[in-house]
Amino acid sequence: MANIISDETIEYVGILAKLELSGEEKEAAKKSMGEMLDYIDKLNELDTSGVEPMSHVFPVQNVFREDEVTNGDESGRTLQNAPSEKDNMFVVPKTFD
Amino acid sequence: MAKEYETVIGLEVHVELATRTKIFCGCSTAFGGRPNSHTCPVCTGMPGTLPVLNRKVLEYAVSVGLATNCDITRYCKFDRKNYFYPDNPQNYQISQLYLPICRNGYVEIETAEGTKKVGIHEIHMEEDAGKLIHDEWEDCTLVDYNRSGVPLIEIVSESDMRSAEEVIAYLEKLRLIIQYLGASDCKLQEGSMRADVNLSVREAGAEQFGTRTEMKNLNSFRAIARAIEGERARQIDLLEEGKAVVQETRRWDDTKETSYAMRSKEDAQDYRYFPDPDLTPVSISDEYLEELKGRQPEFRTEKMARYKAEYDIPDYDIEIITGSKHMADLFEATVARGSQPKRVSNWLMGETLRLLKEKELDPEDIRFSPGNLAKLIAMTESKAINSTVAKEVFEVMFMEDMDPEQYVEEKGLKTVTDEGALRKTVEEVIAANPQSVEDYRNGKEKAIGFLVGQTMKAMRGKADPAGVNRMLKEMLK
Amino acid sequence: MDKKQLLSLSATALGAAIKAGETTAVEAMEAVLEQIEARESTYHCYVTIERESALAKAAAVQGKIEAGELTGPLAGVPVAIKDNLCTEGVLTTCSSKILENFIPTFSSQAFLNLEKAGAVLVGKTNMDEFAMGSTTETSYYGVTRNPRNPEHVPGGSSGGSAAAVAAGECFFALGSDTGGSIRQPASYCGVVGMKPTYGTVSRYGLIAYGSSLDQIGPLTRTVEDCAAVLEVIASHDPKDSTSIKREDTDFTAALVKDVTGMRIGIPRDYFGEGLDPEVKEAVLRAAELLKENGAILEEFDLSLVEYAIPAYYTIAAAEASSNLERFDGIKYGYRAEHAEGLHQMYKKTRSQGFGPEVKRRIMLGSFVLSSGYYDAYYLKALRVKAMIKKAFDQAFERYDCILGPVAPTTAPKLGESLVDPMKMYLGDIDTISVNLAGLPGISVPCGTDSRGLPIGLQLIGDCFQEKKLIRAAYTYEQVSQDA
Repeated sequence: MANIISDETIEYVGILAKLELSGEEKEAAKKSMGEMLDYIDKLNELDTSGVEPMSHVFPVQNVFREDEVTNGDESGRTLQNAPSEKDNMFVVPKTFD
Repeated sequence: MAKEYETVIGLEVHVELATRTKIFCGCSTAFGGRPNSHTCPVCTGMPGTLPVLNRKVLEYAVSVGLATNCDITRYCKFDRKNYFYPDNPQNYQISQLYLPICRNGYVEIETAEGTKKVGIHEIHMEEDAGKLIHDEWEDCTLVDYNRSGVPLIEIVSESDMRSAEEVIAYLEKLRLIIQYLGASDCKLQEGSMRADVNLSVREAGAEQFGTRTEMKNLNSFRAIARAIEGERARQIDLLEEGKAVVQETRRWDDTKETSYAMRSKEDAQDYRYFPDPDLTPVSISDEYLEELKGRQPEFRTEKMARYKAEYDIPDYDIEIITGSKHMADLFEATVARGSQPKRVSNWLMGETLRLLKEKELDPEDIRFSPGNLAKLIAMTESKAINSTVAKEVFEVMFMEDMDPEQYVEEKGLKTVTDEGALRKTVEEVIAANPQSVEDYRNGKEKAIGFLVGQTMKAMRGKADPAGVNRMLKEMLK
Repeated sequence: MDKKQLLSLSATALGAAIKAGETTAVEAMEAVLEQIEARESTYHCYVTIERESALAKAAAVQGKIEAGELTGPLAGVPVAIKDNLCTEGVLTTCSSKILENFIPTFSSQAFLNLEKAGAVLVGKTNMDEFAMGSTTETSYYGVTRNPRNPEHVPGGSSGGSAAAVAAGECFFALGSDTGGSIRQPASYCGVVGMKPTYGTVSRYGLIAYGSSLDQIGPLTRTVEDCAAVLEVIASHDPKDSTSIKREDTDFTAALVKDVTGMRIGIPRDYFGEGLDPEVKEAVLRAAELLKENGAILEEFDLSLVEYAIPAYYTIAAAEASSNLERFDGIKYGYRAEHAEGLHQMYKKTRSQGFGPEVKRRIMLGSFVLSSGYYDAYYLKALRVKAMIKKAFDQAFERYDCILGPVAPTTAPKLGESLVDPMKMYLGDIDTISVNLAGLPGISVPCGTDSRGLPIGLQLIGDCFQEKKLIRAAYTYEQVSQDA
């Protein structure tokens, strides 16, 4: 396996993705991520110099909406699925500022 | 010997655009309203929702770019900036990193050493976050998404500024340009204009920049100036002690006049930007650019020149009036209703500025309408009210923008024009103040003033003082 | 009409029978619900079944049909919707624990179009969690079994939709296809499945997996049904910036049994190593049949096929890592209890709420986008995507469509695939490039293997050329039934 995923990498990606893995899961993640990256490295066989990265398949551009208010007060709907709410707002654990 | 240090400052200015709706959905951007009342599935990050760009946002962003001498990016895209925070319902912010809408601009500022160019690195479009409210009672945080998705432009300057004065001059300049464009009201206190300060210090003459910090939460020009001074001193102290400045984001606490680092081990500061697949690229045509160029308004310099040519008002007045787009609009609209420019200017320069200062308001906060100001001016001109009454009426109008004619009518403040009634009062005053009459007749001109005052008092202010004066003189002949 | 006879009808045949007064929307729904009662405990096609409201809605639709307000071919026909399509007021889980209680306040545009046409919702179908998987085994709510052989998987990720159509637990279904998730389960379950050109069906209300690849499409019993459903769900939607305005959405006009002169390319790359000989034989036999009916066949090298999977997994995982950030326990869905502070709440909620396959892809996606790797992985994949698109463009200069298998094998047994995710990913080799290039693709049943498991024939068209696919698929379906 060419790509060795370190504990630090798994830890770091866990912070980015907000995932907390158990010891067992971490080992599995290291293995599978390494395998996937080895496989993805196959792309390096291809010479892509001069090729523009294609994020959209079709050249659709300039899609706009007009600046007109179309929504009314939907706060009831907005909060309908909230796990915790108070005074028409979502409740979250204390943030630091 | 103490070393000399130079401060190097760059600014990231966020400006809320004056669109009716949010950047990617049809929710209102209006202030106020109960929490989450201006929200929909899109701006609250409901699963399955998609963004569609508000046409007006692009228009404002390009207009600001044109007015700040930027190159407009002809093919631009939106990127996702990924980070978890509750004010950001998708946990990514739609912004622009790789192809921002404007680049390589500048504005000119006046400094003690003359005109200076401050470079603009880029301007990009992005969405604002919601509001977090601390709930003391339950020690938790509450989230309101009314501001989530309000359109912003972020104007990133080059590190061209060297002092708080230059920073303020730059901000004033940006604010005027943007207000003149009508792209935002740019109120620092209300957060429709926000500035983050990137600051580093280096020994005078050094080639390299020092390590910079980013300062957030600056809500007024005063706070910005104080934060710059504070951070400059803090960094110099560190260097003098042989310590290193850490590159970090700091939050300014203006009441304590100090800043603290906003750090957490849970924040990696790795935003994993990538082009948002839900939004299509924006391509800008020559025609579109020409159209927007054609629609650029008269900016301050042109307006000042025109005022000088068209109106007989002092340069100082022109300077103050054009210093606020709102005030200039008010001035022009009042003049357009037939008021004499000089009189309009006098009301703005005198009572308006006095009241703004007294009430700690910004010219942008002026609420009275040109129509009502014109009516008030007309009433003083026709002597329907005297100047003391006019000032009283104006003060009420300044706060409530009521119709001055109706107000004067209702309160019975009209100058008494009934000759007979006035003559009777003057006779009474003359009879009651023989000493003053005597003095006047003996050549003490000043004594007439006292008699006028007594008459005005007896008329409860509703007389024309000049007329009273004339009548007294006539009767004491 | 008796229940058995009723259930044997295609969606359009049922629609016609209702219109003709031979049966009613309510009878059709009752038949479907009875079938569900009898079979669901075995197959488990659904996460949510709308037992009560389905009959009431069917009655309301029947009234409108009789009043002449609903006249379309799908009026009164029971439909199953994949559980990643939002349905207002109806639980929508993506087969994930993290959305175990999520009731959308709006419906996906595709479903709205169906409702407007008079189709009636039976329920929400099981799927791989967040559409990540090829077997419907990663669902938090249990596996779905293949109605053709319950020991086998139905494929995925739209496995519940394909199985529901195959089991007669609905008359047609909607699925979503990011890397083959409609075509592959259609193939495994022996039904018709189509992934339209990117932008043809609005993605509004589709809970995103890989936004640049996702596309909603029909799973049906016949090609005619497929065309009729596509005609209804295809629409330009101002709420989806990537939605495309098309004039040519009268797909049923392409139901013509004639392929004379149609040029069909057969990529050698799709018939190489790893292809089950029985699948190969069945697909080539289907090609022969088209040739006998006037099509011109030609073998060619498509190239780059082996690079599609790594490019796909990079792009899909990257987009997914960002798309799935919104599931954080604040606004909706599952929220972990007993979390100390905000970041613990995020981590616990997401770690408990997502299953292993979803976490695997989120981790990979976050990594390939992270500082220092973006260019090497993500941009590289987008460049390869551009090359793959170009290879297809070149092929479509010569061919009206491309023919190949949908998957290298027939449906694997339950439990065989998840032990080796890499192997499962490789099974997507025949379907994935179509998504990268935004092309339409259709899967049509073309026989069974020696164990009786269905085999699918895949036809791939140039972008916006669904009509050519429908014509070829319809012709094949008709002549193979004649044969």
